[in-house]
Amino acid sequence: MFVGTGRFRLYAAVAAGSFRRFATYRIATVAGVFTNTVFGVILTYTYIALWDEKPGLGGYDQAQALTYVWLGQALLTTVAVMGGGFEDELMARIRTGDVAIDLYRPADLQAWWLAGDVGRAAFQCLARGAVPMAFGALCFQLALPGDVLTWLAATLAVLLGVVVSFALRFLVALSAFWLLDGAGVSQVAWLASTFFSGMLLPLNVFPGALGEIARALPWSALIQVPADVFLGKHQGMDLLATYAFQAGWAAVLLTAGRLLQAVATRRVVVQGG
Amino acid sequence: MDTALNPDPDRDPDPDPDADFIALDGIEKVFDVRKKTGFLRRERHQVRAVDGITFRVPRGEMVGYIGPNGAGKSTTIKMLTGILTPSGGRLRVAGIDPARERTRLARRIGVVFGQRTTLWWDLPLIDSYRLMHRMYRIPDRRYAENLDRCVQLLDLGELLDVPVRQLSLGQRMRGDIAAALLHDPEVLYLDEPTIGLDVVSKAKVRTFLRDLNAESGTTVLLTTHDLTDIEQLCKRVMVIDHGRLMYDGPLAGLHEVGESERTLVVDLERELPPLEVESARVVKVEGPRQWLAFPAAASAAPLVAAVAARYPLVDLSVREPDIEAVIAKMYADRATS
Amino acid sequence: MAELLRHEKGQAGDLAGPGRLADGVPDRPLDRARDGLRAYRMIAAMWIRSTMAYRASFAMTAFGNLAATALDFVAILLMFSQVDALGGYRLPEVAFLYGASSTAFGLADLAIGSMDRLGRRVRDGTLDTLLVRPAPVLAQVAADRFALRRLGRVTQGLLILGFALLALDVTWTPLKVLLIPLMLVSGAAIFMSVFIAGAAFQFLAQDASEVQNAFTYGGNTLLQYPPSVFGKDLVRGATFLVPIAFVNWLPGLYVLGRPYPLDLPSWAAFTPPLVAVACCALAGLAWRAGLRSYRSTGS
Repeated sequence: MFVGTGRFRLYAAVAAGSFRRFATYRIATVAGVFTNTVFGVILTYTYIALWDEKPGLGGYDQAQALTYVWLGQALLTTVAVMGGGFEDELMARIRTGDVAIDLYRPADLQAWWLAGDVGRAAFQCLARGAVPMAFGALCFQLALPGDVLTWLAATLAVLLGVVVSFALRFLVALSAFWLLDGAGVSQVAWLASTFFSGMLLPLNVFPGALGEIARALPWSALIQVPADVFLGKHQGMDLLATYAFQAGWAAVLLTAGRLLQAVATRRVVVQGG
Repeated sequence: MDTALNPDPDRDPDPDPDADFIALDGIEKVFDVRKKTGFLRRERHQVRAVDGITFRVPRGEMVGYIGPNGAGKSTTIKMLTGILTPSGGRLRVAGIDPARERTRLARRIGVVFGQRTTLWWDLPLIDSYRLMHRMYRIPDRRYAENLDRCVQLLDLGELLDVPVRQLSLGQRMRGDIAAALLHDPEVLYLDEPTIGLDVVSKAKVRTFLRDLNAESGTTVLLTTHDLTDIEQLCKRVMVIDHGRLMYDGPLAGLHEVGESERTLVVDLERELPPLEVESARVVKVEGPRQWLAFPAAASAAPLVAAVAARYPLVDLSVREPDIEAVIAKMYADRATS
Repeated sequence: MAELLRHEKGQAGDLAGPGRLADGVPDRPLDRARDGLRAYRMIAAMWIRSTMAYRASFAMTAFGNLAATALDFVAILLMFSQVDALGGYRLPEVAFLYGASSTAFGLADLAIGSMDRLGRRVRDGTLDTLLVRPAPVLAQVAADRFALRRLGRVTQGLLILGFALLALDVTWTPLKVLLIPLMLVSGAAIFMSVFIAGAAFQFLAQDASEVQNAFTYGGNTLLQYPPSVFGKDLVRGATFLVPIAFVNWLPGLYVLGRPYPLDLPSWAAFTPPLVAVACCALAGLAWRAGLRSYRSTGS
């Protein structure tokens, strides 16, 4: 138990450090907020055109569809749909061999980077998420939840989304143990998560079987699921099932990462670091 | 310093082009710096990075330009190469105003940035040289001759077909120096050319620079942290601090002013009043650690023996004088004289 | 070597040509431009050689670039799987606008897409190494990290434009046919001026590379949809403030025979080349101002 709290404190410190590190990029953050807002405005108009044409598309009314747009902009960097979190750094450490140092650290490699990524996500949610969301709410008619519980429920869904996103990117980063150049893998990962997260268009709007498949894949946990929780689409037992969906993918992917890490570690040890 | 050159500003308007090959008259560079004072608050204030520097370097001279970090060395070099525009004063290199005719000057100077390679990372070394050949429009014969010579003297033969990323730091520095010389520059600026290099590489670089200066008459201005660079290469040295020229003269003179003492750092078992030993004086006390200055020419052994005999020693080390120490000493001497 | 050089200077006359000073440095703006293009070509060639060191990775990233940039069109296809028209435009018409904008943007991105790295070069000091070369800095920065894989975006843009041209129900006139290549070239130039202006801004704010994404990638996204989709103010901004509407909206709507939402004379459809020249001139001025500020502040 003592060890447990010590560990927890360590990871909390890692997360806090990561939060502060991202907080130092002030101008970059302001620039990012600006860009998110511009994209939000452009997408808003295309969604208005789409929902004008077909009201109730995907089970959303227009206000809900626009809320989806701004939530997507707010979550884009939070759940790192297009990457850009820790994975570039980890891949660089794997390539230079510095990862050997990480492996001999008393902390767990995966948990260490997860803590850092959660810190990053927390900062980006607050700094890059809040302002575009507020702008959208001021300029357009959005369907924001009226009760605190829904906000809390959505926060939990976002957190689970961050963990799923991390688990996916951890797998991508570990590929650097085997591949000299990770650009290809990163690009495929980028494509898959942009398309299947619901960033491009709500997965509810995807036609037929494509929609079914997209909604079952782990990437839907990044944007689609948190957005639906935020819009109050999941209530009661359904909400629990939704969390279970996200947590299930998180568990599967984190375990896969752990197995891959074990294989990779053996490799590093065999090669002598 | 009274040794600093101080030419009459109203001198002959048509100066000797070789004697005034590099000519600075009251050069200044003032930066606006915004300092953080809160989450979003910033305070603006001005920093005089270079504060009225005047000197001449005749054609063919090799000069050391030294000073502590942030003294204004790099800023001066950037003005000499035309990267930065001076805030005040008059500046000519080979008769050209660098700030106004940067690209014209670029053909006549070579620059080596110690920590930033200009070579192409993923390509064999020779590819970078071919680019220089074309970019500087070097005549074919001249390029071939210069390359041959650099390859020979800098020992690059085996490295030409190796991708730059696979070169060691020392090999890369040699490669960078060659790249800066292929177009026959009249002036070569070297910013920390030996930083991070091993002893062998340092020696190779120094030998090459000495030969280059002696044989081709290339004017060389080098900044460094390593006093040995200066000792082995430059007859003349300029010391800059806080944007001002503190010393300009032969290296020997600098030795007289500054490099006269080494420091013995002793860790004692407990805090003690300043130690009393002959032939050394305590210059600093910090808890159980004390700094003792002693003449650079003297051996440290008798001093160590004397300290060990009388005081409870835990650890000790000897510090060689570095540029920072030399400059600190210069200040101290000036204050007392 | 300097001795040799002095000897060389005696015969420097053979380097001197019209508009050149005795030591071969361009004097007139036109010669400067030619010198810039020459430097650009040389540096771009070096980058191509660099990427070819990793041939397999190049093939994969080129295809990846095509797939990634086509995602926007996949979104449009998904929309049209649910509806028949968007803002009153049918799929071939939207595809036409999309293809034109993507191709123009792709060409600009291919040519000078890495200019958004300028802030990083300022921060780590490597910009200085470009400033001591005898070539225009703009050309050197523009050629930085030149990457042929960006042909992926151009390719998908052209493919979709080709599809649109086949599927469109338009009565073609010689003028409309002529307008298509004119639109692509002018559009590329307009986007390039946005890249250059964005880079110039980074001299002031080195971490603000994302701001220019709003205008480059954001602008491209905007132009992929018909102007009837957007609010009048947004269209006004894109026409008069940051005139990217001249990339494809104005000439494209003329080809499609559609009215432009703003009250503009019909000949405005043929002004993109003029707008492009004006934009490039302004961007050039911004660049010069940015570079001047860098050279006086050093950051």
